[in-house]
Amino acid sequence: MSKEIEVPELGFFALIRYAWRQLTSMRTALILLMLMGIAAIPGSLIPQRITNQIAVRDLFSTNPDLAKWYDRFSLFDVYGSPWFSAIYILLFISLIGCVLPRSVEHYKAMRAQPPITPKNLSRLEHHHEFAGDAQSMERASVWFKKNRFRVRKEGNSISAEKGFLRETGNLLFHLSLILILVGVSFGSLLGMRGEAIVSVGERFVNVATSYDSLSFGKLTGEKSLPTFEIKLDKFVGQYDPVTNAPKDYTAWVTIKENGSTYKKVIKVNKPLTFGDTRVYLQANGYSPVVTVRDSQGNVALQGPIPFLPQDGNLRSIGSIKVPDAEPQIGFVSSFVPTNARTTDQGAVSIFPELLDPKLLFSIWKGDLGLDSGIPQSVYRIDTSKLEKVGLGSVKPGETFTYPEGSITLETVVPWINLQIVKDPGKSYALIGGILAVLGLLSSLYGRRRRIWVRITSGGVEVAGLAKNSAPGLEVEIENFVNAIRGEK
Amino acid sequence: MLTTWAYISNYFVYSAMAVFTISFIAHAFETAFAVRAPEAADSTEGNLLLKTLDYKRTEKSARIATAMMILGFILLLAGIVARGISNGHVPWGNMYEFSITGALAFTGAYLAALRKYDLRWLGLFVSVSVLLTLGTAITLLYRNSAPLVPALKSTWLVIHVLAAIISGGVFLLANVVAGAYLYLDRLESRGPRPGWLQRVPSLEVLDQLSYRLVAFVFPLWTFAVIAGAIWAESAWGRYWGWDPKETWAFITWVAYAAYLHARVTVGWRGRRAAWLCIFAGSTFLFNYVYVNVWGTGKHTYSGL
Repeated sequence: MSKEIEVPELGFFALIRYAWRQLTSMRTALILLMLMGIAAIPGSLIPQRITNQIAVRDLFSTNPDLAKWYDRFSLFDVYGSPWFSAIYILLFISLIGCVLPRSVEHYKAMRAQPPITPKNLSRLEHHHEFAGDAQSMERASVWFKKNRFRVRKEGNSISAEKGFLRETGNLLFHLSLILILVGVSFGSLLGMRGEAIVSVGERFVNVATSYDSLSFGKLTGEKSLPTFEIKLDKFVGQYDPVTNAPKDYTAWVTIKENGSTYKKVIKVNKPLTFGDTRVYLQANGYSPVVTVRDSQGNVALQGPIPFLPQDGNLRSIGSIKVPDAEPQIGFVSSFVPTNARTTDQGAVSIFPELLDPKLLFSIWKGDLGLDSGIPQSVYRIDTSKLEKVGLGSVKPGETFTYPEGSITLETVVPWINLQIVKDPGKSYALIGGILAVLGLLSSLYGRRRRIWVRITSGGVEVAGLAKNSAPGLEVEIENFVNAIRGEK
Repeated sequence: MLTTWAYISNYFVYSAMAVFTISFIAHAFETAFAVRAPEAADSTEGNLLLKTLDYKRTEKSARIATAMMILGFILLLAGIVARGISNGHVPWGNMYEFSITGALAFTGAYLAALRKYDLRWLGLFVSVSVLLTLGTAITLLYRNSAPLVPALKSTWLVIHVLAAIISGGVFLLANVVAGAYLYLDRLESRGPRPGWLQRVPSLEVLDQLSYRLVAFVFPLWTFAVIAGAIWAESAWGRYWGWDPKETWAFITWVAYAAYLHARVTVGWRGRRAAWLCIFAGSTFLFNYVYVNVWGTGKHTYSGL
């Protein structure tokens, strides 16, 4: 043990004070700051649950040992992990411990008078000496006032100071970082986030059961969902004919809220707003509208079935499950909006718009396993307990008949994925962000400096001092000297 | 019609490359020929080392070098504007476009700093980096003009990307200066500088310069990140989501914040500060190259 550290002799409070002083020291803050930067790195190299759930699952199946170890160190949830939280919480405590005392100090300094003029001005920088009289001092006062210096007149001298904005900005910047953190925590404690797929013609009612996925902050719940209804009237996706890249997505909706009904348009950069809840257009795809009949011709299933896009040309996969048929029927399907006439590759789409849509499927009968209680993907069918009946494909308006019944593709409608987000903290974060930039600007560009002027028997003496040896004082003092000498 | 503009844009970019090459040659000429042996060359061993520097001899090439740099800047700017016209939107939709604009920002940062400091010794390096960037852009990253994807259709594209590109240009210039500092520092620790480096300012000036560049542009980078967050809120439904690009922007921000604190409050100078500056700048470059080319996430606009 090092002998300099007198830990055993410190009392409990002294120990705490010691720890506090260590934590709030600039060196610790700097180390924590660098640590936070380094700690953020693994989250960009290892897939994260918050951004790429699928990649995490893939890693668990391809390399389970590594994934288990990653998981043990929260490497799939870096930004919510205990170690990352520890770093930023310590950093913010350190920041508060540093900024609050400095704010008090700065407040006092701002109210205090500028320091008295030093005895020997000739030892200071930017020293000037020239002939002058009482009038020179008057002109000096005027100049200081015009340039908004704080002044202190003491006998035959004036000391003037300017540039408090630098420290004010510095403190404002750090305090606004705290505001941003408050905004972020508000958002995660009181916010909600959910997604729902809505096909054209369908209605979304904002209650928990309408969502495909929904999560609430720790301090909020289902009761916080505002009441509104969104009916999707029309959706158009436009694509570039050369590159097939999307050009525009627009959804036309009818909204019912507080007894009033109105129409709106949602675009990717133009969400809907209901108070602090916003509704975003996040993804889209196609829902084949099918009618499945049993061998007697009774309708067993009818409606749009959302399919999951697999590539830029919206080749999609999906499953059509008919639990009410006897026996149960399932279609393992692909859908292509613009069918490519290849024979060997299965379903291939060559353009994302509905130019030549085609639904391809294999038909299975048996137990779909829907009653087993094990959650299933809507887009896939577990065929282990099923027996294959046939293979087929249909275009809109066509019907395919198989021994157990028939399937008709009535039409195809687009679906959109609505993302519904409530974030009551974001305005705090935004204000924090704006203040942070303003604070930074004044702290990095502000210059604190002092100028002294004294009338002596020999004439007038001027000197100045710039804190942090900021540049520009020399020119300023020259202007000042010219002004008090009466030269323009 | 719009394709014509794309061709015009390409011609401008090629011309800019030619002009930057001339600038590069003029810079190289200047650096090489400013040194000469004393007039009365005397072959005793000691005297041969006493080479003198005569920049008057090379003043003309130095002027040509800078003039060509300005011309290159203008041509490149014209190329970017023409690309914008051909696209029908600001030309920041893929990595080719980011790269040529980045090269413009880097040249611009150099030319702007040149007005205040005599940085012509840096010109050789600047012209080489710009040429390499443009060469990579036009050969590997080139994509035909295309409409913007829906997520990019926003006024924030102009604000956010412009702020990020300008910050990047200045950060990289600060990196070059810090690199020059480290190189000279090593040379000087072994003895006096060789003749051709006499012109490069003293270590203290370089040290200050890289700090000034970072301090000047750090608020802009902060703004770029915040503008990105505001945009992400309206496009993706969250203002911060630890997308790889966001994460690295954050790391860059933290690294430069650490650099500024280390200098201003802890008093780091010289070698340590220069290394930290270079580290911070590398995180920016890494973000640009790695996340655009190999990364995943929502910022996948490189078109590669």
